[in-house]
Amino acid sequence: MTDQLRVITRRMVEHPADSHTLARYEATGGYRQARRALDMGRDELVELVKESGLLGRGGAAFPAGLKWSFLAPARPAYLVVNADESEPGTFKDRQLLERDPHQLVEGMIIAAVANEVHHAFVYVRGEYPKPARRLQRAVDEAYTAGYLGEGIFGSDYDLEVTVHLGAGAYICGEETALINSLEGRRGEPRLKPPYFPAAKGLYMMPTIVNNVETVSNLPHILEMGPEAYKALGHEADTGSFLFSVSGHVNRPGNYELPHGLTWRELIYDVAGGIRDGNELKTWIPGGASAPWFVPSDHLDLPITKDATAKAGSMLGSGAVVVMDDTTCVVRAAERIVRFFAHESCGQCTPCREGTTWLEMILRRIESGAGREVDVDLLLEVGGNISVGLAWPPRMTTICPLGPSAVSPIISITKYFKDEVLAHIHGNGCPLRGAQR
Amino acid sequence: MLPRTMSRWSPETRERARRILARYPEKRSAVMPLLYLAAAEDGHLTPEGMEEVARWVGLTPAQVQSVASFYTMYKRERTGRYLVSCCTSISCMLLGADEVLAAVEDEAGVPAGETDDEGVITVEHVECIGACGGAPALQVNYELVEGVTPDTARELIRWLRSASPEAVHTDEMQELFGTRRSFDWAVPERVGAVGPFPAFEPYGTTDGNP
Ligand SMILES: Cc1cc2nc3c(=O)[nH]c(=O)nc-3n(C[C@H](O)[C@H](O)[C@H](O)COP(=O)(O)O)c2cc1C
Ligand code: SF4
Ligand code: FES
Repeated sequence: MTDQLRVITRRMVEHPADSHTLARYEATGGYRQARRALDMGRDELVELVKESGLLGRGGAAFPAGLKWSFLAPARPAYLVVNADESEPGTFKDRQLLERDPHQLVEGMIIAAVANEVHHAFVYVRGEYPKPARRLQRAVDEAYTAGYLGEGIFGSDYDLEVTVHLGAGAYICGEETALINSLEGRRGEPRLKPPYFPAAKGLYMMPTIVNNVETVSNLPHILEMGPEAYKALGHEADTGSFLFSVSGHVNRPGNYELPHGLTWRELIYDVAGGIRDGNELKTWIPGGASAPWFVPSDHLDLPITKDATAKAGSMLGSGAVVVMDDTTCVVRAAERIVRFFAHESCGQCTPCREGTTWLEMILRRIESGAGREVDVDLLLEVGGNISVGLAWPPRMTTICPLGPSAVSPIISITKYFKDEVLAHIHGNGCPLRGAQR
Repeated sequence: MLPRTMSRWSPETRERARRILARYPEKRSAVMPLLYLAAAEDGHLTPEGMEEVARWVGLTPAQVQSVASFYTMYKRERTGRYLVSCCTSISCMLLGADEVLAAVEDEAGVPAGETDDEGVITVEHVECIGACGGAPALQVNYELVEGVTPDTARELIRWLRSASPEAVHTDEMQELFGTRRSFDWAVPERVGAVGPFPAFEPYGTTDGNP
């Protein structure tokens, strides 16, 4: 149950010394599927990816084939690979970029052909210069080999690829903000509707935005066929999934796994359990945006998209942040809320003002200056950003960043209210001595 | 494309700018890469640099400034030769990032957000840099070091001051000052950063080609 899968991580594990080179990529079967894609064309490829059940790995788990089928007919169409990976806890795309960049390039060729794209972009966060360098070298190698540029693989299909560096703004990971940024504007999200990328995207033309991991799966789906790909996974969650595990576990890291194992298996068997023999206190199942889980309620839940949603959270980008019993939950929540306050683009008042308020109140509680009413205040301010504190959030803002900031508030008031109150009644953190 | 006499940039930088512009269907899209060129040319992003970018992409200087101010990596104030960015987001915080930051501030002699008097070290705290499996992590001129401790972070600052490397390399610093990594890096990189901007060959911000 807890054996790792070796699909998108196979080459880097079996050939660590040169998994990033064209020579190794081709020696292990690389670029055969890109050639096949050229013979298949749009309809067949869209159908195939639909059949595979591939879900986007950027956080929203949107079906990739369905997204492709929405592409409006106007041309030129564009493909943008989202390598902005900045959600605290997430570091999987970095490994894919550094260790197997040709896998991504081949996936891009397949996605480009499927969507009749002749110019594709990769938007890499500015803090990832090494991954960007590795990717640029792979792109250069592919150009030299005639796999990118004019008439790829000797066909009459042209494909340009531009690697673009961001400059430090988490919000540019949101697909419409990313498009604004790529157009040379401030990275502010656009309203959907009308600005669905598949209809009005880059330069107002039809655009497909997909995550690095999503695109890296494409060569494998073509190679093994949709049925075999589905069989790797677990029911609706097809294929493999990269979990980034961090925090107080003995073996943090990226793990390629099928869905369906339990949180207990992931945290204790795969990631080696809690450091120093400490107790597990809580964990974030899917990145900083996700509501937290606790051992009493969730440890034996299966890790699937549906079971996680039913329990009031999400798998998001696959980032699992584990906290042991020395953790002050107020401080942890403050750190996450601070992130969203810092990264708010400021367009929507509830997000801009609300996140700053939440951060301030949490600071006050953490410092020991909190008041009894602060707990209600947290919920009230939270409710202004995310109406009814519902899950999934009812959107009142242009993008989901604002409501994301409320997740830790929901979590600590639901599961750790006594600890929050102890800060208020006892002038500060009751765990101070235990913390490290 | 641009009257030569008007440009403050070196011929090499102008050639790079031309090649960058050719990579985009619309020239406005070259704003972000050209802002890096401008920063590299002057050491940080100056008003003159932004004017130059504006001319290349056909925007007003005010428009370019509005774009630049949105992004944290375009430093519009003088930055030390080495920009030390300490992650204090959740996964790093859980494993002692606040103590690492305090050690860096103490050793550098300046609080986060400031540059020392000699113009050598700038300290800042940043949000997640995608190294959470190797927490706590920091970057020097955006080159990553994972699994630092307060002690090794202090050593790193002293090393930057005493060795004063022309370029900083992620693999070299990881070897000297890092421990646990997010994943096996496998093959060392020989390309490094020459200033407080990301080292990426097309932007001319590296110390050479591999
Ligand atoms: C605030 C915010 C940040 C996001 N950051 C990222 C990111 O860093 N990487 C990513 O792939 N998707 C990110 N997304 C999701 C993208 O908007 C988009 O759904 C995704 O790139 C689509 O790719 P996929 O369908 O392959 O998952 C973010 C969304 C939001 C609202
Ligand atoms: S919710 Fe926040 S980040 Fe998203 S568009 Fe509104 S202000 Fe910007
Ligand atoms: S939280 Fe520090 S690198 Fe992700």
